[in-house]
Amino acid sequence: MKRTIFRNQLLPWLLLAPQLVITFVFFLWPAAQAVKQSFLREDAFGTRTSFVGLANFEKLWGNAEYLNSLQVTAVFAISVTILSMGLSLILAVAVDRMIRSSRVYTTLLVWPYAVAPAVAGILWWFIFNPTIGIMPYVLAQVGYDWNHISSKSDAMTLVVIASAWKQISYNFLFFVAGLQAIPASLREAAAIDGAGPVRRFFDITFPLLSPTTFFLLVVNIVYAMFDTFGVIDATTEGGPAQATNIMVYKVYFDGFVGQNMGSSAAQSVVLMMLVLVLTVVQFRYVEKKVEY
Amino acid sequence: MASITLDNLGKIYAGGTRAVGDVNIDIADGEFIVLVGPSGCGKSTLLRMVAGLESISEGEVRIGDRVVNEVEPADRDIAMVFQNYALYPHMSVRENLAYGLKNRRTPKAEIDRRVDEAAEILQIGKFLDRKPKALSGGQRQRVAMGRAIVREPAAFLFDEPLSNLDAKLRVAMRLEIKELQKRLRTTSLYVTHDQLEAMTLADRLVVLNGGRVEQIGTPLEVYRRPASAFVAGFIGSPAMNLLDAGAVPFLPGSAHAGQVGIRPEDLDVTADGPIELQVTAVEELGAQRLVHGHTAGERMTITLPSDAALSDVLRLTPRPGALHLFDRQTGARMD
Repeated sequence: MKRTIFRNQLLPWLLLAPQLVITFVFFLWPAAQAVKQSFLREDAFGTRTSFVGLANFEKLWGNAEYLNSLQVTAVFAISVTILSMGLSLILAVAVDRMIRSSRVYTTLLVWPYAVAPAVAGILWWFIFNPTIGIMPYVLAQVGYDWNHISSKSDAMTLVVIASAWKQISYNFLFFVAGLQAIPASLREAAAIDGAGPVRRFFDITFPLLSPTTFFLLVVNIVYAMFDTFGVIDATTEGGPAQATNIMVYKVYFDGFVGQNMGSSAAQSVVLMMLVLVLTVVQFRYVEKKVEY
Repeated sequence: MASITLDNLGKIYAGGTRAVGDVNIDIADGEFIVLVGPSGCGKSTLLRMVAGLESISEGEVRIGDRVVNEVEPADRDIAMVFQNYALYPHMSVRENLAYGLKNRRTPKAEIDRRVDEAAEILQIGKFLDRKPKALSGGQRQRVAMGRAIVREPAAFLFDEPLSNLDAKLRVAMRLEIKELQKRLRTTSLYVTHDQLEAMTLADRLVVLNGGRVEQIGTPLEVYRRPASAFVAGFIGSPAMNLLDAGAVPFLPGSAHAGQVGIRPEDLDVTADGPIELQVTAVEELGAQRLVHGHTAGERMTITLPSDAALSDVLRLTPRPGALHLFDRQTGARMD
């Protein structure tokens, strides 16, 4: 690694300052506030604040709505991860087999990544809108009555599709790069060794792709749990009947709509812990590369 | 065990580029054939067409009596050793060796027997449980050969298998491949750009240039009677001197030829030799020395015993019958 020695002690700090300020103002300070807040309870008008210790956390474990949110988050994150990784792997394998047109497809497939989560949510909300959307019309033809406003499973399906769609581009790029890093001679050797295309994929390609797959697994879970706020807010707003109220949305809803700052803060501390665990997992295993 | 026949084989890539054309080679059962040529001459393409990794645009490939043009690589009964070994990095050496047999539903006991036998032959028994990345280059090379041996195929295909090894190991492995092939008597097709490797390994050489066969013959035939100026310059080290016939009009036959070839070892220093060599550099090889220079504007190299006298100008006489005459237009041998 290249090391630069600064003569002036102040200069490196000055160069770092913008990033440090942003990190402090938008992350460290609010995070500290949240931790502080999670030990406090305010009255309904915000006039009195009292220290309550771990009461806010204890309450969460007894709260059916919160436990439901945990479950919803798990279902949502796993579904988004499987759907987006599965689809992008199929697309990447397809593009990897192309010789000439692969660049065009790659470019086209990257576009969804440029769409903001809320816009993606709105887009799919329109497509699936029970009154004016195209998908409910198509589904009605095969006898399915789509309504994500009243049906819990329809609502979940909608937010999963909208969230997964946005992440496909990202996964796709990594999978394509991962596939291209596997020497063609390995697949050729396997072909001579009598393995058909499907066998080659599961015996050779997929195991050799495992570092990429593991990395994306962590990234996708983090994405589904934290970056999908916009999708939820623009489509279902956590409903119907809490069916899509994932943890990160509940933090916002309880805090800024329900005005229950103590509980909201405690929830965000729990989320912070989750991010911490996922980050550690990622650094411990992904940085070292998965052994094969 | 089988013969391999390449019948008017040709390869044209999408876009019209011709990589290989009019290749006719009959490989007898148990024969060791080496395809040799400079990079880009189509030798690897040819091998991959035999393996089934490259489609065939023209002609036929027959393994035994069977036309295999449309046969999948797996069903051609061949095994291939790749330049980068292509070992499966996530499998142990044993799994690497067994993979091809497992895919063919060979009974477990038979797989074990064959793997152990191959490991014995190649002396890789103690590495069987290691992963390829824990092996040295030479050991990986052995595993790659083991993977070919266990299959007991009709033919081995080698794609520059030694070019990733260091010089010393390459010479050792070259000998091992030769001995192994003699022992197993498996028809082999071997691709290399190294003419020394080609000379030492081959029962017969196929010299390729620009996708065409320049000459097919035993190493000595090719060395003694190169069919073209290209072969003359490619086979042999140091390379044959190819002089413009106009520069050496006094040599017999040069009047009709385009180029006159003389091997460096076929020139003797004599007091009244017709060729006058202006010496520019001398390379000591220990057992002999290479003397470089020019005559009448043509570059020339000769080999001399290490104790031979040197001077700035040497007079040289070609040995009788040592001249190779090549046609002006085609570069083909003239006699």
